[in-house]
This record gives sequence, structure tokens and C-alpha cells, in this order.
Amino acid sequence: MPKIKLENLTKRYGSLEVLHSINLEMEDAEFTVLVGPSGCGKSTTLRMIAGLESVSSGEIFIDDRAVSRLEPKERDLAMVFQDYALYPHMDVAKNMSFALRLQKRPKKEIEDKIQEVSEMLGLTDYLHRKPAELSGGQRQRVAMGRALTRNSSTFLFDEPLSNLDAKLRTQMRAELAMLRQRVQKNMIYVTHDQIEAMTLADKIVVMHSGHIQQQGTPEELFKKPANKFVAGFLGTPPMNFLDTTITQSGDQHYLEGNGFRLLCDHTTEKRLSFADSKEIVLGIRPSDLYFDSDAPAESAIDINVVLSEYIGAQSVLIGDCNGQKLMVELKSETPIALGQTLRFRVNLDAIHIFSKSTELAIG
Amino acid sequence: MSTASLNRLTPYLFLAPAAVIMALALLYPLGYMVYGSFRDWDPSQSLGESTFVGLSNYVSIWGDPNFHESMAVTLKFAFTVVGIEMLIGVGLALLLDRKLRGMSILRTLFILPMMIAPVVVGLIWRYMYHPTLGVFNRSLKSVGMESVDWLSQHALLSVIIADIWQWTPFIFILSLAALQSLPQSALEASRIDGATGWQQIVYIKLPLMMPVLIVTGLLRLIDAFKVLEVILVMTEGGPGLSTEILALRISRTATEFRELGVAAAMSNFLLLLLLFFTIMMLSYNRWQEYRALKARRLIEEEL
Repeated sequence: MPKIKLENLTKRYGSLEVLHSINLEMEDAEFTVLVGPSGCGKSTTLRMIAGLESVSSGEIFIDDRAVSRLEPKERDLAMVFQDYALYPHMDVAKNMSFALRLQKRPKKEIEDKIQEVSEMLGLTDYLHRKPAELSGGQRQRVAMGRALTRNSSTFLFDEPLSNLDAKLRTQMRAELAMLRQRVQKNMIYVTHDQIEAMTLADKIVVMHSGHIQQQGTPEELFKKPANKFVAGFLGTPPMNFLDTTITQSGDQHYLEGNGFRLLCDHTTEKRLSFADSKEIVLGIRPSDLYFDSDAPAESAIDINVVLSEYIGAQSVLIGDCNGQKLMVELKSETPIALGQTLRFRVNLDAIHIFSKSTELAIG
Repeated sequence: MSTASLNRLTPYLFLAPAAVIMALALLYPLGYMVYGSFRDWDPSQSLGESTFVGLSNYVSIWGDPNFHESMAVTLKFAFTVVGIEMLIGVGLALLLDRKLRGMSILRTLFILPMMIAPVVVGLIWRYMYHPTLGVFNRSLKSVGMESVDWLSQHALLSVIIADIWQWTPFIFILSLAALQSLPQSALEASRIDGATGWQQIVYIKLPLMMPVLIVTGLLRLIDAFKVLEVILVMTEGGPGLSTEILALRISRTATEFRELGVAAAMSNFLLLLLLFFTIMMLSYNRWQEYRALKARRLIEEEL
């Protein structure tokens, strides 16, 4: 039984439609991440689920109950905001217990709940501090604590980590993942950061300009992106795209582009038979190019090294192949020099093929 | 003199003309008033010809029932108008803090009374309160009710209403500005937490607006203690002493009773009173700054 279901959910501001008839189902206790570049409609979707934005058309169901006309408080949700949205005039304990106090719960129950949640989040020493007296990470924890004391069936996160610095973000991401193990609730998480999406999600929903591009597990989306956008959005460094023509010489099929000509094996030939045109876009992840100077020219691409970005054990080479930019991942100890032309073997099993006109994945 | 010490003196050199003007324009009249308050001083005399009487001017106002009456009227007037203006001004701001078509025009209309010269406000209201020609009594008459002699039967109430009409907009615009600068996400969070519109006002909006409201209230209070023109035009302090606020009493003491020394003593008294409110306001601001600083220190200590 799906817990949360979006049916033809649409948002218009005047005549401008920003969310185009979204359909989405989230299973019970699933961690769903909505991810996409800014302006893709992910935050709008979340805010509509929360009840902070009105629904232009379509419906939101929570446990089969249509909620799109209900006030936020009638939807049984808790939400963590990007800028924490703490109440500046209340201390940590008051912030966390605001909802419970509004419900006029017994004092004992409220105190126990604050105790339990603040221990879980390591906030017991700070219960009597005001938000202004806390660091960014602590404020973020209080915001989560406020959501946790609620005992809601659903948690919404609106880019909760994007106001933190890089180190703290990694740490909080891990804490969030651990918290998620303990709290088995529906969670919907919005982010523009694909690493957060990949590490936290049971299910990723990639959005772009008001449409859902693809949804599935992180692995599904990484290995079988449905279109060029998803392929380019997930994964760092991003996938390389090369304009390619399918050519034939005798029995042999080739993937031929500006500066490379790859001989297709049987499987690839089969995949290419689904192509709608001879002109396609070839997608290769930087990690699927292998430095191999002995590889035959028919299974490799020659790349001129323009720049090498050292990031530790791995380096990212930014190279040039007849005017096309390519990125390659390489072990840092590989002896290379800038300006050198190197040969990289292409793993045909790992290539992605996209239609040039529709940008959809082929095969 | 060495270059270094000369360099150090340069800023003061530039400040000096301003300081001299300040001293002349601000401190001289003030000093004159304080000095005059210790003398038996008739307007026909120069200050030098007057005789020194010590604290007797202060003693005389201390025992003067008319001054007490005037003081009571002023206190009643100031606290009533500021109290009601705060209520209406903040209430209006809470009501109008939303996006509606034509709201900007409405807001501009609301603040119009504040922009009219006080003397004109006094005249407008005097005519509206006129026993036979005024709009209030004509309206009462047209619905068959007894006419009311506003300015003689309910003089203080009448001037209070006029002041509220003029100065509520001041509180309204400052409250509205405060409301619109509240953190939107905190308000959204409170909606998710289950607060109704009313609970949002009581638990989130008003507490967050409080610093602005306190300063606004004190500013208005200081202003209300000095009110003169509107009352002068409407009632001239009468009937009897019923609307004779302090400023009016001072002016009458100086011109009608020709007791400049006593008037100066009264002015000093008013000055001290206002100084008290001003210091309260400034120290409230200081306290806020101190709290913010303390909060920042606390965070830094931990990092």
C-alpha cells in the first residue's frame, strides 16, 4: 500500500506552469530524495506536500486520504527547513516542544520527549540556549529534533544541509543516514546535491524543469539512466557526451565521431539496432575509460591532456579529443604530462547510447 | 610638535567646528534654561537683572496643585493615546500584512494623517467637534440622537481621539515593517507545527516584533509628552484645566503669568522625565546588542 501518492500534481503561478502533472508513489517508510538543479520544481513539490503552497490541480494522497485542501497541521507532517527556521525567541527545549505544547500534551510527556530526542541528537547540554547561541550544525540538529519530537508519520526535508560548510555537511549527512536507520518513517528529502541523493536515498526522483525525469534506486539511476539529463546529472565527474554516427563497413559496425572510430561488438550492435537514426550521442563515464597505450585504435579514444586535477588517490584529467572536452578518472601515480596525447580503452559494456533528437536512452 | 602627535590631532581639528556649533546651538539654550530656573525672572528683565532664588521655583511647582493637575492630564493623555495607538496600529498591521490587490494604495492612505501639520489636524477636529456645525453632531442629529458638546463635556476624550487619529499610522507603518522582516520560514514552521493564525500571532509574531514595538512605544511616549499644537488649537487647555497638558502649562506660565523662572523649572522637570524614557529606550537597545554579542561569544568559544 503506497503511503504517499502524487496524482497529476500541477503548480501554476498565473499563466506560468512550473510543475507539469507529476505522478509519484512513495512506499511506507521509504526514503525518497527529490533531486535536480535549481528551478526544477523539487522544492515546490515538497512545499505542496507540506501544504505551504497551494495545489493548482491534481491531488496528494496520504494513506489514501486526499489532503491537498487541508491545512499543514491536518496532514501529520514534520518538516526541516533549509535555513533551520527555528523560533529565535525560544530556547532549544521550547523550540523542540512547540508543537506538543500547542497540542496541550501533559507536561511530563513533553519533558520525556525532549529528553529522549535531545539525547539522540546530542543536544542535552544546550536545551536552554537560544538559536542565536548555537553553531550552524547545532541549529540543524535542533531543527531535526523539532521534527522528531512530533512523532509524525512523514518527515519532509528541504535542502537541510545546504547551509552548512563542506566538512559539517559530510558529518551531518552521515548522522542523518544513521538517524534514518533508527526512525522508520516516510521521509521525503529535497536536495540539489547528487551525492546526498545517492548516499541517503532508497529511491531517487530526478526532476528537471517541472518534470520527473526518472525514478528508481540510486544504482538503477546510475547504471541505467533513462535519458541524457539524468546521465549527466548523477555521478562526479559527470558523464562525457560525444556526438557519434553509426557507420558500416562490410559486416562491421562502427561508432564513429570526430577523432575516434570504435568497432562494435555483437551486444553493442544489437543495442544500436534500436536507434531511431544513424546520428546518436555516446555517453561514457570518466571511470569507464581505461588508460592503456597498447589498446588497438578501434577500441580506444586518443585524448590530449589539457589539465589534471589532483584529488588524492585519484586524479581527474580534463582532455581534448578534436575539440570535444572529455574527462577521465585516473590513478594519481600514472605518469602523465600536460600536452601529451594518451590512449584510453573504451569499455563497450559500460557505454550509454542516447537518441540525438529525444535524448532518451537507447537499448 | 612631532608629526605623529599632529596626525593624532588632525581628526579633532576637523571635528572642532561641528563641536563649537553643537555647543552653541544645543548646550547654550539648555544652560540658559537651567540657569533661569534658579532665578526670579520677569520677561521685562534680562536674565542678568533677575535675582537668584535658589530652589524656590522648584519648591513652588512641587506644591502647586495646578501643576499637579497638568502633570496628571499629561500622564493620562500620553499613556492612553500610546496604549490605544499601539493596539490599533499593531492590530491593523497584523490584518494588512498580506498580499492583496491595491494594498500599496491602502497603506499610503493609512499613513496620510501623519503627514498633516498638527495645527491643521487641530483645526480639522475642532470643526468636526463643533456643537452645531460639526460632522459628529450633525450625524447624531440626523439619526435622531441628542447632540453632544464634545469639546466642553468630553474635552480630554476628544483630544485623545484626535491624537489617535493622527499618530496610529506611525505605529502601523513601523509594525508593518517589523512584520514583513520576520523570518518567513519560522512562520511556515509554526504552521507545520500546528499553530492556528491566532497562535502564530501570539506565540511567534508578537514576541519577534517586541523589540521594534518597545522602541516604537517609547518613541511615541516621548512625543506624546511634548504634544502642544493640536490641543492648543482645539481646546487651549480648557475647559478649566481639563486638557492643560504640561507644554501648555509651561507656555502659559511664561506668557500669561510672566514667571519665566518657574516656567524654566517646569521645562527642566519635563526634560528629566523625557530623559528617563530616552535612556530607557537606549539602554534597551544596548541590552539587545549585548545579548547578541554574548551569543556570538558563546559560539566562538566552542569552535
